[in-house]
Amino acid sequence: MPEIPQIDNLWEFFRENSAAIGPQLQLIIWGLGILCVDFLIPAQKKGRGAIYALGGLFMASIHLYWFWGISPGPAFYNMVTLDFFARYFNLLFLAAAFLTVIMSYRYLDIEDEQHTEYYALILFATAGMMFMAGAIDLVSLFVGLELMSISTYVLVGFLRSQKRSNEAAMKYFLLGAFSTGIILYGMSLLYGLSGSTNLNEIGRQIVGLENNTLLVLSLFMMMAGLCFKIAAVPFHMWVPDAYEGAPTSITAFMSVAVKAAAFSIFFRIFYLAFGDVREIYIFALAVIAMVTMTWGNVAALTQDNVKRLLAYSSISHAGFVLMGLVAGTDFGVTASAIYLLAYTFMNLGAWSVVILLRRQDIPGETLEDFNGLYFKHPAIAVLMLIFFLSLAGIPPLAGFIAKYFVFAAVLEVALSSGEAHSSLMVWVAVVGALNVVVSVYYYFRIVVSMFIRKDYLPAPLSFSAGLVVVLVITGLFTVLIGIYPEPFISLARAASLSLT
Amino acid sequence: MSFFMENILNFVCFFPLIGVVLIVLWPKGKEHENGVKWVANIVALIGFLISIPLITAFNDPRYIDTATGMRFVIRKSWIDAIGAQYYFAIDGISLLLVLLTTLLGFIAILSSWSAITERVREYYCYFLILQVGMLGVFMAFDFFLFYVFWEVMLVPMYFIIGVWGGPRKLYAAIKFFLYTLAGSVLLLLGILALYFYQHSVTGVWSFDILGMQQLSIPLELQQWIFLALFFGFAIKVPMFPFHTWLPDAHVEAPTAGSVILAAILLKMGTYGFVRLSLPILPEATMEFLPWLLVLSVIGIIYGALVAMMQKDMKKLVAYSSVSHLGFCMLGVFVATPVALEGGILQMINHGISTGALFLIVGIIYERRHTRMIADYGGLSHIMPVFATVFLIMTLSSIGMPTLNGFIGEFMVLQGVFADPIYKLWALFGVLGIVLGAAYMLWLYQRVMFGELDDPENRNFPDLNWRELATFVPLIILAFWIGLYPKTFLDYLHAPVNQIVERVRPGEFPLLPVQVAVKE
Repeated sequence: MPEIPQIDNLWEFFRENSAAIGPQLQLIIWGLGILCVDFLIPAQKKGRGAIYALGGLFMASIHLYWFWGISPGPAFYNMVTLDFFARYFNLLFLAAAFLTVIMSYRYLDIEDEQHTEYYALILFATAGMMFMAGAIDLVSLFVGLELMSISTYVLVGFLRSQKRSNEAAMKYFLLGAFSTGIILYGMSLLYGLSGSTNLNEIGRQIVGLENNTLLVLSLFMMMAGLCFKIAAVPFHMWVPDAYEGAPTSITAFMSVAVKAAAFSIFFRIFYLAFGDVREIYIFALAVIAMVTMTWGNVAALTQDNVKRLLAYSSISHAGFVLMGLVAGTDFGVTASAIYLLAYTFMNLGAWSVVILLRRQDIPGETLEDFNGLYFKHPAIAVLMLIFFLSLAGIPPLAGFIAKYFVFAAVLEVALSSGEAHSSLMVWVAVVGALNVVVSVYYYFRIVVSMFIRKDYLPAPLSFSAGLVVVLVITGLFTVLIGIYPEPFISLARAASLSLT
Repeated sequence: MSFFMENILNFVCFFPLIGVVLIVLWPKGKEHENGVKWVANIVALIGFLISIPLITAFNDPRYIDTATGMRFVIRKSWIDAIGAQYYFAIDGISLLLVLLTTLLGFIAILSSWSAITERVREYYCYFLILQVGMLGVFMAFDFFLFYVFWEVMLVPMYFIIGVWGGPRKLYAAIKFFLYTLAGSVLLLLGILALYFYQHSVTGVWSFDILGMQQLSIPLELQQWIFLALFFGFAIKVPMFPFHTWLPDAHVEAPTAGSVILAAILLKMGTYGFVRLSLPILPEATMEFLPWLLVLSVIGIIYGALVAMMQKDMKKLVAYSSVSHLGFCMLGVFVATPVALEGGILQMINHGISTGALFLIVGIIYERRHTRMIADYGGLSHIMPVFATVFLIMTLSSIGMPTLNGFIGEFMVLQGVFADPIYKLWALFGVLGIVLGAAYMLWLYQRVMFGELDDPENRNFPDLNWRELATFVPLIILAFWIGLYPKTFLDYLHAPVNQIVERVRPGEFPLLPVQVAVKE
C-alpha cells in the first residue's frame, strides 16, 4: 500500500502537475463557462454555444501545441501523463470534436434542439477522452472513461422529443453502465492481484501469473467491457440502435472519437500492462477481431437505413483496428493509430454528408434519399464516393493506407521466425482481406443510389458554412493521407514508440 | 526536350488527367457536349503521340539505366516509412503494352462518339482516369505503386459498366468489382509477404520489383505467395474457373468499355504473371506447372466450346477471350523462351483482334440495338467495307497466316513442343485453334452471308470515316505483326531471356539479342 503523500502547498503542487492535463483543464473550464453564461444567451441564439466550444477547443489545441515538443511526464503521482501517445490521441479527439461542433449547429436548428448544453457536453466528453488517453493508472483511466461515457449518454438522448433518441439513450446507458461495471470488477480483481493501480506496476507484478484464474478472469472482464466501448462483436448490440437514434452529429462523434478513446485505453491496458501475458488473450482477441469485421459487414449488407448501415460498418472497422492489437507489436500499435486517424476523417466526412441530407421534414436517412444526389449536387456525391472508397480501402486514399498498415502488422508477426501464432495471424489477415470485398458491396449500394438512380428528392440540402468546412477538411485529409502518408506515419510511429 | 524525355513516363501516364481537368471545367450544358468529345479525343490522341518517342528513343543510351537495363527510369522516394518508392520504368514487355494501351485508349474513345449520348462528360472523365490506372500498372516497378494503380482502375471501370451498360449493368458492374477486388486483396497479402521476407534477408524495406526478382525464397513460402498472387492475377486474366465475371461484364458494358476490358484490362493479369509471379517465384511456378497448364487448357477448350453455343455476339467474343487468354497463359507458364515470347505477343494480338471484334459488334449494335446473331444475316450485301474489316479481324482472331494471330499461336505451340515433358499439351492448343476457327467463321457466316431477309437490316449504312478510322491502325498492326513480327519481337527478346533464366535456368537456348544501341 503506497503511502499517501503529504502536500504542503496545494497550489504549488497543482501548478507543477497541471501541465500534463492542460488541454483537459481548458476544455472543462470552457465547458463550465458555457453552462454559466447560458442564461445570458437569448433563446433564439443558443447556437452561440458553438462559438464558445470552438474557443475551448482552440485553447486546448494551443496548450497541446505548447507541450508538443516537451513531454511533461507523469503527473499527479503517476496518475496521468502527456506522452506522445496521449498527445497523438488528444490531437485526434480535438480534430473530431472541432469537426463535430461545426457540423452540428445547423443540424440542431433543423432538429429544433439548439441548446448550449450540447456543446458543453461535447467539451466534457472530449476532456474525458483525453484523460483516458493519458491515463497510466486504473483510477484516472476509469474517471476519464466515466466522464466520457456519461456525457455521451446524455448526448445520445439529446433529441428528447424523439422516441428513438430516448430509446437509444436508454439502451446505451443501461448496457454501457453494465459494461462499465464489468470493467470495474476486472480492475478490482487486478488490484487485488497486483497490489497496485498503476499500469506499469501491474505489468511488472503479473508476470508469472499466467496460470492464475483470477488474472484470466479479470483480463477477460476488462476485455469484455472495453469491447463494448469499441463496439466489437459480440458486445455490439447497442450500436445500431444508439447510432440510429442519436443526433447524427453525435453518432459521427461517437463513431470516431469515442471509439478512438476506448482504443487508446485498450492499447494502454493490453499492450502495456498485459503485453507480457499476451498468450492468455491473443486467441480470443484474434477471434473477436475476425468476428467483428465479418459480422459488422454481413449485417450491413441488408440495411436500408444509411445510419444503421454506417453503424454496422463502424463495427467492422473496429475489427480492423483490433488487428493492430492482435499483432501486439509496436508496429501493430502504429498501424491501429494510423487506422484511427484515417478513420476519423473519412468517417466524419461520410456522416457529414448524411447530416447534409437531413432537411426540414425529411429525415434523409434511407437509401432512397440518396437517389440521384449526383445529378443535383455532383461535388457532394463525389466527396461521398471518395469517403466510401476510402472506407472500403481503395487506393490512393486514407483508408487504403490504414488497411495496408493493419495487414502489414499482422503479416509481419506471422512471418517473423519463432512466432507461435503464425497461422492464426495469417487467418486474421485473410479474413480481413476478404472483408474488404464484402464492405465494397454495401458502400456501393449507396454509390449506386447516388450516381445511377435518378429520382431525386427535390428539396435543397441543408448547407451551412460549418458543414462545408467539415467536408473540405475531411475530404482533403482523406486524399492527403492516401497520397502522402509520410508525416502521418511518423506521428503514429512516435506515438506507439512512446507507449512504454 | 530533355526534360520531357527524362520524365516521359510521367507525361505518358498522367497526360489523360489534363483531359479530365479540361472536361470538368468545360462549360456545362447539352450544347457544349461536342466540345467535350473533341477534348477527350484530342487528349487521347496526344496521349498516344507522346508515347511514340518511347519506341524511337528506346535504345538511346541516355535513357537506359545501366544497372538494371530499364529504360526511362524515374525513381523518387515516396513513403520513406515503409520504403515505397515512386518508381516508373519500362522494358520491352512494358513498352508494347503501354503503346497498346495508349493506342486502344484513343480508339475506344473515338469509337464512343455517337454511342454515348447521355452523361457524356463523366463518361470521358472515367475513360481518361481508367487510362491513367492502366498505364501506371504497366510502368510501375515498385510493387506498392503497382498495387495502387492496379486498384485505381477498378472504380472508373465500375462506372463505365454501371452507368452506360445494358439491362443488367448493375449486377455486372458490382460482380466485376467484387471479383477483381477479392483477387486484389489477396494479392496485397502476397506483396506484404514478399516485402517482409525481403526485409528479413536483406534488411532493407523495399517494394522494388527488380530487387524481389533477385531473391531466392524457400519453396514453401514461395508456394503460399504464389497462391496469393495467383488469385489476384488469375481472376483478372481471367483463367478458368475464375472467368465467370467476364461474360457478364462484357455483355453489359458499352462497346468502348468492352474494348478496353478485353484489350487492356485482361492483359494486366497476364502481365502480372509475366512480370511478377514467374521471375519472383520461379520454383513455385514450376511446382504448380501441371495445374496451371490444366487450367489454361481447360480455359482454351471450355471457352471455345461455350463460345460456339452463344446466341449473343458479344458473349461469343467474350468467351473467345477466355479461350485466347488460356492460350496466352499456356505459353507464359511453360516458360520456354519461344513459348513465353509467343504468349506475350499473343497478349498484344488478342488486344488487337478482340478489341476490333468488340468494335465490330458495337457497330452493328449501334445500328439496330440488338446483339442476337439470329437477328442478322446477309450484311455483306449492303456493308462491303464493314464485311472486309470483319473478315480480316475474324481471320486474325483464328490465326490465319499473314495475320498476327498466326505468329503468336505458332510461337506458343512451337515453344510448348520444345518442352520435353509437356510437349503433348500443344495438342490441346491445336484443338483450341480448330474450335476457334469453327465458332468465329460460323459467326461470320451467320451474320454476313446468306439472304438479307430481315427488313430492319436493309438500311444499314456502311462504315463512316470515323468508324473506319478506329479500325485502320488495328488492321495495319495485324498485318505488320503477321508479316514482319521481328519489329515487335526484338523488344521482347531481352526481358524474355531474363525471365527464362530465372524460371528455367540453363534448360533452353536463349533468344538472340541484338543490341542495337544508337551512338
